[in-house]
Amino acid sequence: MERSSPAVSEPEVYRFQEALPPLTAHEATVEANRCLYCYDAPCLQACPTHIDIPSFIRKISTGNLRGSGRVILEANFLGATCARVCPVQELCEGACVLGKDHQPIQIGRLQRYATDHIFDRGVQVFTPSPPTGRSVAVVGSGPAGISVSAELAKLGHRVTLFERRELGGGLSTYGIIGLREPVEVSLREVEAVQALGVEVRTGVELTDREGLDVLLSQYDAVFLGLGLGAVPALGIPGEEAVLDGLEVIEASKVEPWRLKVGPLALGQRVVVIGAGNTAIDAATVGRRHGAEVEMVYRRTENEMTAYRHEYEFALHEGVRFTFLTQPVGLKVEGGQVTGLRCVRMSLGVADASGRPRPEPVPGSEFVIGCDTVIAAIGQEKPALAVALGLSLENGYIRVDDGLQTSEPRVYAGGDCIRVRGSASTVMAVQDGKLAAASIHAALSASAVAAD
Amino acid sequence: MADLSVNFAGIRAPNPFWLASAPPTNSGRQVHRAFEHGWGGAVWKTIGAPVLNISNRYGGLSLGGQRLVAINNVELISDRPLEVNLREIAEVKRMWPDRALIVSAMVDADPRAWREIVMQIEDTGADGIELNYGCPQGMSERGMGAAVGQVPEMCQLNTHWVTSVTRLPVIVKLTPNVTHITDPAHAALAGGAHALSLINTINSVMKVDLDTLLVTPSIGGQATHGGYAGPAVKPIALHMLSELMCDPTVRKSGVPICGMGGIQTWRDAAEFLLLGASALQVCTAAMHYGYRIIEDFVDGLSNWMDDKGFATLADVTGRSLPQMSSFGGLDLGYQAVARIDPDKCIQCDLCYVACNDTAHQCIDLYSPEGVKVNPGFDIHDGGKQVAQGRSTPVVREPDCVGCALCANVCPVDGCIEMVSVPSGRPSVTWNQLTATRPAVTQEWGAMEAYRAEAGIEIH
Ligand SMILES: Cc1cc2nc3c(=O)[nH]c(=O)nc-3n(C[C@H](O)[C@H](O)[C@H](O)COP(=O)(O)OP(=O)(O)OC[C@H]3O[C@@H](n4cnc5c(N)ncnc54)[C@H](O)[C@@H]3O)c2cc1C
Ligand SMILES: Cc1cc2nc3c(=O)[nH]c(=O)nc-3n(C[C@H](O)[C@H](O)[C@H](O)COP(=O)(O)O)c2cc1C
Ligand code: SF4
Ligand code: SF4
Ligand code: SF4
Repeated sequence: MERSSPAVSEPEVYRFQEALPPLTAHEATVEANRCLYCYDAPCLQACPTHIDIPSFIRKISTGNLRGSGRVILEANFLGATCARVCPVQELCEGACVLGKDHQPIQIGRLQRYATDHIFDRGVQVFTPSPPTGRSVAVVGSGPAGISVSAELAKLGHRVTLFERRELGGGLSTYGIIGLREPVEVSLREVEAVQALGVEVRTGVELTDREGLDVLLSQYDAVFLGLGLGAVPALGIPGEEAVLDGLEVIEASKVEPWRLKVGPLALGQRVVVIGAGNTAIDAATVGRRHGAEVEMVYRRTENEMTAYRHEYEFALHEGVRFTFLTQPVGLKVEGGQVTGLRCVRMSLGVADASGRPRPEPVPGSEFVIGCDTVIAAIGQEKPALAVALGLSLENGYIRVDDGLQTSEPRVYAGGDCIRVRGSASTVMAVQDGKLAAASIHAALSASAVAAD
Repeated sequence: MADLSVNFAGIRAPNPFWLASAPPTNSGRQVHRAFEHGWGGAVWKTIGAPVLNISNRYGGLSLGGQRLVAINNVELISDRPLEVNLREIAEVKRMWPDRALIVSAMVDADPRAWREIVMQIEDTGADGIELNYGCPQGMSERGMGAAVGQVPEMCQLNTHWVTSVTRLPVIVKLTPNVTHITDPAHAALAGGAHALSLINTINSVMKVDLDTLLVTPSIGGQATHGGYAGPAVKPIALHMLSELMCDPTVRKSGVPICGMGGIQTWRDAAEFLLLGASALQVCTAAMHYGYRIIEDFVDGLSNWMDDKGFATLADVTGRSLPQMSSFGGLDLGYQAVARIDPDKCIQCDLCYVACNDTAHQCIDLYSPEGVKVNPGFDIHDGGKQVAQGRSTPVVREPDCVGCALCANVCPVDGCIEMVSVPSGRPSVTWNQLTATRPAVTQEWGAMEAYRAEAGIEIH
């Protein structure tokens, strides 16, 4: 595939580099020394992967960066990605005791400092255990798939990781905007799992039950880390001209020139439909492309699913918000989008989710003039799960506490099982760890039985 | 506004903050500039025998990201020609008649050498002489500095040579590199010293560079011990100061003491005053930040004195000394326990781990529901909300020995208070107890009998 194009000049690429600069050695030392080294630390408890945060920070303060990186990666193989993408305000930093009356420790940035040290120097942190003779197939190379693969490989199991796309890394590679995480970071994690002996086969897709049966005949266990699907349809006239927010973000990361020419080209007046974190990312991409960007959402600021800090980030980027507005169709003239037809909404009584139900205000239809409409209203549930014949829960794959699906020897984790709560990378990583533990327990038990 | 002026053994100055004999007082231009900034006095960098200084000569100590918590030097006395120093001293004194200008000197242990330099110093118009019996490196090998300060007889003799020929006040600057600071102090007094100053630098090897494996400072690949000064030495200096101030011979002599060693802010200065210093000297802090720190020294001290209702330095000097005692004079009946203020506690659990690992295992954790819990977490949980449900440490007071470790590790000011509680034990000092019941010092049986009688329980 063509990955570069003369259409993209240096400064434009630059605008998609990481928003936060790395900490300097002095900054990292000062910040690390500010940490209290709490006992039974709340930051550690708040981290879904339970990285021993006080220990890794202390190691930074003593200049033991290799040890620090190891503490992180032992608990979270994707520590470099998580350092950049985790909603730290909701997790570790939100729980830091120093946040009570002043600034919490910048745990995310310290974590990035330590993991960068490991990757920049190509330090091999782990060595696989002696082979157990057992093998596991992992489908999907997102955070869940990489995490489970790494844990199993460390235990000595032979792991093959299947990925339908060209590059590994899942949404870390294709979905998280470059301002937060450059592609290189997630690709380095794919390389790290390969260095543990995991075979990564890209361009291979699991499509049906037959495929799963083949895997089950060749491997002792199968892990599904399928993630979710594309942005769902809006169901409004003119839909064909709406851009998929995920595709826009993806292009901004791996083929930025596609936002200049062809079907994904962004205009000067962009409207983004939705108000979740993905919508904010798509809006940010629009802004960095120099467009005026307006987000429309049918409820108000209070009901938005985006994190507060994300919302503030978008405002800071110059994104405008139009609340209580529901798109009802596109205006297209001569094949070119000229506007988004909307109606005003008002908040009614609370619905099942406890949020007030938005209701259209009669006769309030109006048009927002624009040349590009991007939809970012979430992701479709994993359709493949039905074809595989697995039990579902509300459209997601149903699993037990050990992350086993309704099918013995088949496990699942990550976004595809996230029935409750908002999905995040770090939760997918923890799923990988939990699944690896139960797969290992099952394989060890059956190994003993076979002896 | 508090009156900060001093009269120290006849040496007058508008404030008690003097630059110590060291790099900050190496030349006329420097001392002139320091006086412009407001320093009350200066002790000129030691003059005397010809020397050559070496490069490089300072090692710095960083702790917890804070630079220069201490400095270590292998510097000698002034390497500028004696005549130049004397001329500049005279010039500075002429321009600044109201400031204290003291000349530090060190020469061979020879009465003629001392007499000669004393005469030269007197001719400059300086206000006093400080005898440097402290330099722990370089000069001591030549029989000067610490070589004099560490041998009381030498100290007395050299001091006598000086005091017998000069009309200027003579300050003897003591080296801390001795077992009992009182020994050289007594010798200096016997030699006729009008004042004492302390501390000079402490013998030290600063550090080893972990990249190069070289001992720092590395002088062309070789290293030697050097003198240690700066914030890190303050407790040692305070101890030596209070020891002298409590010593009957020193008290009886009535000589004032100029305190130094680790003064970095007016707060440190106030502590030296409270333990008996009547003037102060500063070196490392000025080397770290420059002369400008004098502004807050003067401002901070005077504001604090106003707040406390102290009108003059004499009101402050020695005010905390009556508390100094010896172990044998402490009340064995006294009992304090740690008490945690749950509203201030930020739940870092540092008190918990400190008490449980290394003190007396008497802090428990209680959940918000009031249930005693153990540390730990559920691997399935995560998120900010865990902080809300976090347990709070509570001291089991009957088991607390009042060691105060927790209060020392707690990062929140005033969160853990050591409160005195009635102990139910008789109030008695070790000296009193052992005088009346000598057996308790000899036999565990007797000790246990006393404990049972006094109701002292040890767990
Ligand atoms: C725009 C956007 C921004 C986000 N920003 C953040 C953020 O800032 N912070 C955060 O924590 N989370 C963020 N998330 C969520 C986060 O990316 C996901 O929770 C996480 O990537 C889930 O990991 P996963 O392994 O379950 O799935 P994915 O990352 O989606 O990976 C699934 C992988 O499986 C592959 N696959 C799927 N089906 C098959 C098949 N049949 N055969 C072979 N391969 C297959 C896919 O190609 C993909 O590579 C964001 C999500 C989006 C969409
Ligand atoms: C680099 C350096 C050189 C010094 N030179 C002398 C000196 O020549 N004569 C002297 O009496 N003391 C000398 N001292 C000791 C200081 O005067 C002072 O006693 C000591 O540094 C303690 O004070 P401080 O903690 O404020 O630095 C020197 C100290 C340092 C750091
Ligand atoms: S809660 Fe904050 S201060 Fe305590 S260990 Fe964690 S990061 Fe450090
Ligand atoms: S004072 Fe000592 S024994 Fe008492 S609670 Fe604190 S640490 Fe424990
Ligand atoms: S050390 Fe202080 S702040 Fe920390 S848990 Fe104990 S009492 Fe609370």
